[in-house]
Amino acid sequence: MGPDDIVLRVEDIHKKFGEKVVLRGVSFSVKKGDTVVVIGPSGTGKSTLLRCINQLTPPDMGRVFLHGEEVTNSGAKISYFRQKIGMVFQNFFLFDHLTALRNVEIALLRVRKMDPKAAREKAVYELDQVGMSDWADHFPAELSGGQAQRVSIARALAMDPEVILFDEPTSALDPELTREVLEVMKKLARTGLTMVVVSHEMGFATSVASEIIFMEGGRIVEQGPPHILMSDPAYPRTRKFVSQFADLAGQRKE
Amino acid sequence: MDTAPFITTVLVPALTQGLVITLQLIVLAAPFGLLLGIGIALGRQYGSRGVSVLCKLYVIFVKGCPLLLLLFILYFGLPSVGITLSAFAASVIGFILCNAAYNSEYVRGAILSVKDGQMVAAQALGMTRQQTIREIVLPQALRRAIPGLSNEFIYLIKYSSLAYMLTVIELSGAGKLVATKYFAYNEVFFAVGLVYLALVSITTAAVHILEKKVAVPGLIS
Repeated sequence: MGPDDIVLRVEDIHKKFGEKVVLRGVSFSVKKGDTVVVIGPSGTGKSTLLRCINQLTPPDMGRVFLHGEEVTNSGAKISYFRQKIGMVFQNFFLFDHLTALRNVEIALLRVRKMDPKAAREKAVYELDQVGMSDWADHFPAELSGGQAQRVSIARALAMDPEVILFDEPTSALDPELTREVLEVMKKLARTGLTMVVVSHEMGFATSVASEIIFMEGGRIVEQGPPHILMSDPAYPRTRKFVSQFADLAGQRKE
Repeated sequence: MDTAPFITTVLVPALTQGLVITLQLIVLAAPFGLLLGIGIALGRQYGSRGVSVLCKLYVIFVKGCPLLLLLFILYFGLPSVGITLSAFAASVIGFILCNAAYNSEYVRGAILSVKDGQMVAAQALGMTRQQTIREIVLPQALRRAIPGLSNEFIYLIKYSSLAYMLTVIELSGAGKLVATKYFAYNEVFFAVGLVYLALVSITTAAVHILEKKVAVPGLIS
């Protein structure tokens, strides 16, 4: 593996909000085609970490690199990096006044300045990728949560990003809708999309992740391939966190 | 006095002339009042601290000042500092200033109602602040502001009559002149009132059509 394979590199990210320290030096890198799933208890800075990557929340310290180019402190060039780093949010954040198709199309037209016909074709293609082409003319208020999230994934995909950050993409959805979103994400992982996913979906993490990162208290406690992290974690804290989910799954079967 | 010739030869021509002036006042004042109002709302919400404070002071000043006083300042006061406006120009400017102050409040309220997350999502796609405001915030905010803005437009139709105080013979003024000359107050003012009622009714109907046209499910219906 050469350095060319590294899409995203995060170096020693620190962030505090007022007195509250949220991230205490987080470093990791993501290889091309990898799906990195970040797990850990609530309030440990997972979402803040994602927002520090595309500078929606500028970190206090540390650096982020996309293909070796520095994203942090990039000034006006941040727009360029954000086009290359897609993001999917827990609450979808679709644009309420635009149809599904226009939601996917708008950044192609306004940010990438694509030709209208080409933008339309691309938007239709991306909606088709997430199984939403039949809903192209519907507004966000007319979509279920799962459908809205799939449209928001199409919106991110349309920019041809190098990596997509998923911030708890299924936490606002019921189990059935969760499944339809996870199916789309699995498909994207298989097609070689590079993804960083903050999620509590252990099933997804186990079956799709190339690497799982366990975070607590603003630090990475442990990281590794899913079969090791889920079955034989090195640290007691990881063991405890992972076993809770195993218990939950066990109870559900009864 | 014979009624029929009075209506056709005196009242209708006089009120028509007045109506033309009233329409000119409204048509000139409303678009600039809307644009300035949007500008002030944006300045308050997204401007630097200085701009924001200035816009806020502007709104406080205009809202706290009777429109008639504002018109007097523009028409009678400004010449002493070397700015002489025609009565018509002073009226239009006064209406724009007043209209804009109130419009800005409706637009600002509507801007605040646009969910923050959408702005974050727009930034995450690489949109600049200006693009986010233009493409995401304003299209939603303006839709939500339509009821308030149309209300303000209806006020404008009626307070355009204050131009008469600056000697602009608009609809109300024209009525007043005819009424005084022929001692036909009730008849004339009733007729003038009907014209205003028609203007307001047309506006209300037009706004209704506009709202239907730009309606978005879940945003306004």
